[in-house]
Amino acid sequence: MINHHHLILRVVTKLLVGAIILFAFYVQFHGDFSPGGGFQAGVLMAAAFIIYGLVFGLDKTQEVLPPWVVHKLSALGVLIYSGTGVWSMMLGYPFLDYGAFDPGHPSHGQHTGILAVEAGVGLTVAAVMVTIYYGFGARYPHISDEDW
Amino acid sequence: MAGDVEIREVAMTLHAQLPALQIVVPFMTAPLIVFFGKRETAWWLAFLSCSVSLVISYLLLMQVIGGGFISYQMGGWAPPLGIEYRIDAANGLILFLISLVATITMPFAYRSIQAEITRSHTLFYACLMLCFTGLMGMVITGDAFNVFVFLEVSSLSTYVLVAMGAERDKRALTAAFDYLILGTIGATFFVIGIGFLYMATGTLNMADLADRIQGQESSRTVRAGFAFIVVGLGLKAAMVPLHLWLPRAYTYAPSAVTVFLAATATKASIYVMLRFMFSVYQPEFVFHTNVLQILFIPLALLAMFGGSFVAVFQTDMKRMLAYSSIGQIGYMLLGIAMLNQSGVSATMVHMFNHGITKAVLFMGVGAFVLRAGSSFYDNIGGLGRKMPVTGAVIVIGGLSLIGIPGTAGFVSKWLLVQAAFENDMWPIALLIVLSSLLAVIYVWRVFEVIYLQAPNEWSEASDPPMTMLVPMIILAVACVYFGIFTDLSLGAAGTAAEALLNGSFGMAEPSLDTSALPLDVPHGAGDAGADATGGDH
Repeated sequence: MINHHHLILRVVTKLLVGAIILFAFYVQFHGDFSPGGGFQAGVLMAAAFIIYGLVFGLDKTQEVLPPWVVHKLSALGVLIYSGTGVWSMMLGYPFLDYGAFDPGHPSHGQHTGILAVEAGVGLTVAAVMVTIYYGFGARYPHISDEDW
Repeated sequence: MAGDVEIREVAMTLHAQLPALQIVVPFMTAPLIVFFGKRETAWWLAFLSCSVSLVISYLLLMQVIGGGFISYQMGGWAPPLGIEYRIDAANGLILFLISLVATITMPFAYRSIQAEITRSHTLFYACLMLCFTGLMGMVITGDAFNVFVFLEVSSLSTYVLVAMGAERDKRALTAAFDYLILGTIGATFFVIGIGFLYMATGTLNMADLADRIQGQESSRTVRAGFAFIVVGLGLKAAMVPLHLWLPRAYTYAPSAVTVFLAATATKASIYVMLRFMFSVYQPEFVFHTNVLQILFIPLALLAMFGGSFVAVFQTDMKRMLAYSSIGQIGYMLLGIAMLNQSGVSATMVHMFNHGITKAVLFMGVGAFVLRAGSSFYDNIGGLGRKMPVTGAVIVIGGLSLIGIPGTAGFVSKWLLVQAAFENDMWPIALLIVLSSLLAVIYVWRVFEVIYLQAPNEWSEASDPPMTMLVPMIILAVACVYFGIFTDLSLGAAGTAAEALLNGSFGMAEPSLDTSALPLDVPHGAGDAGADATGGDH
């Protein structure tokens, strides 16, 4: 169905996808200094895959990012988040007390903690967004358009 | 805390971390199950984490059963700003109930789910763990907005769990959709109510809210907030005019899900309602607004009679039990409406006793579904003879549902009647007894169907496998045990009712507990241990 139409669209998409992913990483890791953070970065990251899927087709996207990987990633993100909390508990501090990661200088600890947590958020948000897209994209209508 | 250069010398012990672990353990189990993605691992992980939760909740309950409370600061941020977990006898008992039911349901679910669902078992168990986490979180937290977050966690996973019954009956999908719409409306009302409270007080911590509401009782904002919260939670708790989602959701959900939900979900909502009525808003406020007399008593009576009456005419055992649940929720609301010590303890005890009673009965239905394919009276006729243990368990559960002396159901109904007499409301006491007679009718119908009808000749039903039988027997024994030895349930409920009706939530004397002070940095093992005066049994 999608073959060699939309030449401009395909070229522009190929150029854009990389830039979108790069920007997603910028928002992710700069989130503690400027607006942004895990959620926004996750959505941007997912947008890169979704636009690729819209232009080149679901199959091509799923070659890069198979559905089972997305499922695991969404779980992994939550694990990173709560794992950070458990780590601080193991150091003898309350759950998610980032001060634990650098007791001599708690504000540095906060920095480490928030980066780890946001990484988890970003991963899960991106994975869930892509899952939702896969979920809708993989549905075929019961009656094909021609049959109407 | 941020920017604080002081190094803490006392590391928190495992014991002091228990309140957080209570939520973290089941919560982390859900992604772990998805991450490993194996059917067997999923079940084992879920069972293990439920058991760990049960142990934790027991340890917590034993610390607070004699009074007092435990406060845990999430992320080390002190309560009015940060999220606080606060456990006293009231939520300690409900936490124990929820984790007990979850742990006992797990072995039951193993075979039952295999028979009723063919796909996505790992996702099923992950959802069940999330639902469990959400319910526990609603109960354990001391932060009003956090209640909403956990409410949504449990609700969203519940919708999925109900919809998973679609493999047996497509109507599960519409049931789940109905519940999705109504549950979302309920949660929205609840969060609007919290919004009003936040507008009036500028805080979300329940203890702080309670402090700041005082003196604002006549403010419309505060009153509107109260109305929204009661309606929102009433929807989630299936109070009578708002109960329509319940029968369908319970009927079409997979049996194991029904067991778990029937015993826990509405109870958690009723607990939150109690908490908001008596701890956030003070009992005087509730009494002053007269909402209990005008609204709760008639609605509770309507639930008791309406729910039970409709249950009498059902032809599907699962659906009958769902309607009976609506009636039983009426008793709990009636207990709240009595607004005295024995009334509120009756509600607390009834939550616990009805939880285990309904779990037994729904497990019995689950066993019938496993063997006969459905729970219609036509299909399960005479099965009590073919499945003797299941039949016996259902008889015990049924007797406890009616409230026969010697069973758990009797204890709570007795307390309720006592509460009515204390208020000189003898007509209500009479109505409680009368509505129990309706329970006799619908329970008798089940006995008649499963024992007195001749079984189908072709039926080769026999008792379900051990993994299903043992949980049923444990719960049936519990029904009798808590009917005779009432120390644990009545003791905790009495302390809980006292704490609730004092409106204290443990913050009547904030100076007694250092953790309630906003800038108390070295909070750790020391004061959590000091709270543990209830003793380690």
